[in-house]
Amino acid sequence: MQVRVLYFASFRDAVGREDETRQVAPGSRVRQLWQALAADVPHFSRFRAMPPAAVNREYASAETELHEGDEVAFLPPVAGG
Amino acid sequence: MYLTTNPIDVAALLNEARPGDGAVCVFVGVVRNESGGRETVAIDYEAYGAMAESEMARIAGALSRDWPGVRVRIQHRVGRLAVGEASVAVLATAPHRDAAFAACRAAIDRIKKTVPIWKKEISPDGTGEWVDATL
Repeated sequence: MQVRVLYFASFRDAVGREDETRQVAPGSRVRQLWQALAADVPHFSRFRAMPPAAVNREYASAETELHEGDEVAFLPPVAGG
Repeated sequence: MYLTTNPIDVAALLNEARPGDGAVCVFVGVVRNESGGRETVAIDYEAYGAMAESEMARIAGALSRDWPGVRVRIQHRVGRLAVGEASVAVLATAPHRDAAFAACRAAIDRIKKTVPIWKKEISPDGTGEWVDATL
C-alpha cells in the first residue's frame, strides 16, 4: 500500500523534496516507515530515536498502524513562537 | 484561522474582549536581532499548515475548558519576518486577571512545544540556519 510522506524545514533540506509517495507493507507501523527512511537518508540515520511523527495531521506514536493513503510527517524539533 | 502571512494586528485582537471580561492578557513574540551571540537580520517561519491550525485550535480549546470564562486567541505569522516584527500573538480574556495571566502563559508554552512551526535564522550575509536542526 502507499502512504504520502511530507518533509518540512531541515528534513526537507536533507531529503531535497517536500513530499513523496512511499510503498509500505500492509500493517506497517510508523516506526517501520521511519526505519525505511533512515536507511535511505543519511541525515535521518544519525537519529538515535525516532523524531515526533504525525499521521493525518495528528501526533502519532511509533506503534500507530498505517493505512492506505495516510499522510505521514516526521517532524524536526519545533521552534514556533 | 490561526496562521497568517500578514502582519499581526494586536489592536484588532484587543477588540475581541467581551463585556464580561475584566482582564485581557496579551503576549507578543517578536523577532530578535541575535541568537546565541550570532547576529540575525530576519527569521523565516515555516509551518505544517493544516496540522499547525488544528494544534493551535486544540490548545485554545483545552485552555477554555481548564479555566471557565477564559477565551484564548492565537495568531502565528509565517514567511520572512524582519527584526522587531511580531511572530506570534496570544490573547487571553477572562473575568479576572489570574486566569487571564495563567491561560496566556500556558498557551505560549504549549505553542512552543507542540505546534509544528519551524524557524530559520537569517544572518547578515544572507545565509540561514534552522533552529534546533542539529542533533
